[in-house]
Amino acid sequence: MSTMDTLTLPPPAVDSYLDHDNTLWAWLTTHDHKRIAILYTIGITFFFVLGGIAAAMIRLDLLEPSGLLDPETYNKSFTFHGVVMVWFFLIPSIPATLGNFLLPLMIGARDMAFPRINLASWYLYMIGGLFTAAALVWGGVDTGWTFYTPYSTMFSNTNVYLVIVGVFVTGFSTIFTGINFLVTTHSLRTPGMTWFRLPLFVWAMYAVSLVMVLATPVLAMTLALIGLERGMGVGVFDPALGGDPLLFQHLFWFYSHPAVYIMILPAMGLVSEVISCFARRRIFGYKFMTWSMLAIAVIGFMVWGHHMFVAGMSVYAGMVFSLLSFIVAVPSAIKVFNWTSTLHKGDISFESPMLYVLGFVGLFTMGGLTGLMLAAPALDVPLTDTYFVIAHFHYVMVGGSVMAYMGGIHFWWPKVTGRLYPEGPAKFSAILMFVGFNLTFFPQYILGYDGMPRRYHSYAPQFQTLNVLSSAGASILALSYLLPLLYLVWSLRYGHKAGNNPWQARGLEWQTTSPPPENNFRHPPVVRNAYAYDEPAP
Amino acid sequence: MRIHDPMFLLPDASSISPRIDLLFWTMVGMCTLVAVGVMLTMVYFCVRYRLGSHADRSNRHKKNLTVELSWTLIPLVIFLGMFTWSLFLFAQLHTPPAKSQTIYVVAKQWMWKIQHPGGQREINMLHVPLGQPIRLTMTSQDVIHSFYVPAFRVKQDVLPDRYTRLWFTPTKLGRFPLRCTEYCGLDHSKMKGYVVVMRPSDYARWLHDHAASDSVVSQGKAIFRQRGCSGCHSPRASVHAPDLHGIYGRVVHLSNGKTVVADERYIHDSIMQPDSQVVAGYAPIMPSFKGQIPASDMLKLMAYLKSNSTDEPPASNTPNGEAR
Repeated sequence: MSTMDTLTLPPPAVDSYLDHDNTLWAWLTTHDHKRIAILYTIGITFFFVLGGIAAAMIRLDLLEPSGLLDPETYNKSFTFHGVVMVWFFLIPSIPATLGNFLLPLMIGARDMAFPRINLASWYLYMIGGLFTAAALVWGGVDTGWTFYTPYSTMFSNTNVYLVIVGVFVTGFSTIFTGINFLVTTHSLRTPGMTWFRLPLFVWAMYAVSLVMVLATPVLAMTLALIGLERGMGVGVFDPALGGDPLLFQHLFWFYSHPAVYIMILPAMGLVSEVISCFARRRIFGYKFMTWSMLAIAVIGFMVWGHHMFVAGMSVYAGMVFSLLSFIVAVPSAIKVFNWTSTLHKGDISFESPMLYVLGFVGLFTMGGLTGLMLAAPALDVPLTDTYFVIAHFHYVMVGGSVMAYMGGIHFWWPKVTGRLYPEGPAKFSAILMFVGFNLTFFPQYILGYDGMPRRYHSYAPQFQTLNVLSSAGASILALSYLLPLLYLVWSLRYGHKAGNNPWQARGLEWQTTSPPPENNFRHPPVVRNAYAYDEPAP
Repeated sequence: MRIHDPMFLLPDASSISPRIDLLFWTMVGMCTLVAVGVMLTMVYFCVRYRLGSHADRSNRHKKNLTVELSWTLIPLVIFLGMFTWSLFLFAQLHTPPAKSQTIYVVAKQWMWKIQHPGGQREINMLHVPLGQPIRLTMTSQDVIHSFYVPAFRVKQDVLPDRYTRLWFTPTKLGRFPLRCTEYCGLDHSKMKGYVVVMRPSDYARWLHDHAASDSVVSQGKAIFRQRGCSGCHSPRASVHAPDLHGIYGRVVHLSNGKTVVADERYIHDSIMQPDSQVVAGYAPIMPSFKGQIPASDMLKLMAYLKSNSTDEPPASNTPNGEAR
């Protein structure tokens, strides 16, 4: 494949979205969805590094059974890690960066439906992030990212306010993004781009936007109630004030379980694009893929109680939530089988984006299957709040979402920047990430079964071997995140010119120049099947 | 680096733990089968259909409804099977045997305070007799904690101003770690202890050696008198207040026309917020005891009120959190 187009086509006309107005002011006031995507990428990379440092502190502490840090620092580290990684990295990661950049391109639009709201959402995200970072500077927070009451309202002496204000504000950035995506998909599709011609990535953005718009307001309300109870003693959650401690958990997980799907649905869409391209095959079961994503988005709202099997909720409620949790696993299974079948009789090549994405399928499968075990309440009773749960959701969110995000960054990097990165280091990082990830998190499944609870600053000596393995894996994982940062930045200046379509892919975004012009397309794009790999390239 | 236990051999020491382990390992087996199956298929396709290989690529599938439906429905059926199996176990986890002995647990930052029915107290240790079903009635003095004994495969959150239950029948002698599994602040990881399973004869001796002056029930009765409850709630009282004899588990008719079952939560709320659920036919004259009775005393009061009740509450396997 490689760079054949650059030889056959005339060099792209100069004025891409990156060529003019490169003052700081122009960037900070841009309405171009592509530039906003880049602003977001810089933002989430910054927060990923912060969250990663907190993770390193956790793994450092757990090298010794007695804990290498003091308990206070440890508790603040895992809280900060959770808050930052969930709200300031994972939730915006794929939608706000790649989604923002690609959604208009993939449907043949010039921009988002609401370019100013798009910019406003970035500012809200950054303001929320500043509050959260400020909480860190002023002593940190120790409630865990889950803010369970009454600990967070009446007992913690840390900066809970700053963090909930930060998350509250950032929530609105998520809502803005969701509304923008929904309206854009409904109203700005180019002629010929019917609903069932939409690339699966666009369907994923659509499904995830539904979840964002419906779930995030509940989080905002819940956090506001925490503020009221903590600040003015309005009894909502604290039984001492006449509140109900379980009410908080219901409200929190009513948002936070769908939030898990906010993190994984975009990855599912992204993976479908990449697998189809490098297998040179139509995606298998396109309609099943779209319906399964919508099913996940809808059923995902009805399973929150599986976080509360031992919380003191009614047994009968537990049974219903368990049943629904098993059912929501079916569409995920469909997706895994369809990705695998897409490979069948393909012409598969293994460029770095494909390696990341194949890694995703493997790790997501493991994360999903262990999720089934946690959906069974009789197993959840011993396993919940242990390292088994930690391992499970890291397989889904880090092995799944982050791996996919990295694959997506590599896949669309030539389109975004017009440059190719060096393939050797990229492949090496993908493999390193897979190995490092498994070494970090597989031992945690065993720790969890053996009874090591989460959020423990110190632990029984028999758990040390597995913890040391996990910390060793984490250092490999850190290296595999650092490497792409280096060679991708390097490629901005020294990378080969990419050409319009280095992967010979079929989506509309590849019909325009790399990087695209300010208004995305010089000529109205011709809509073809986004997966028409069995037909010759246009 | 010291290794005390072989990694995989978490002891199973309660009547329910082998049953939970059977489900666990069955699911591990199935999940491994599926994961390995998917991955081997992927690797096989990746090798066989790599770019430039000579493998036969004729008759490529385009749409196949049968295949799609089969991998939708077969997993669904398997999942429903797993769900049903787990359901039975979950129900057992919430159904203590009739003749179980109740021990009281109060959790606080960062310790477990235990009291046996005879009044014997201990901290971060729970002595229990082998083979005897034990039922814990638990409450918290501050934040949410969670009572977790890995070797017994049981866990239950412990909430402030609520009463949750947990039961187990120990089947092995020995000391088994007890850990808090709901993050509760600074020394969460130090909130731990042991369950010590003894022969019934040793347990009896232990109880004898640690005998307290009064049983939990009679301590509760004393509190009932000290706090002035008996001044109104006794048949001889001049004040018109409901008789509390046999209150526990009874159906109570409220002044707003509703009925409730008098479980721990109802009794607790009636003491702390007496105005919220007034019994039909009585004036709302009871003062609130909010903030005046510590969690451990509440448990004793509760034990006393239960002791003169013959009925089990109908919803005995429902944790009290949401039983209303």
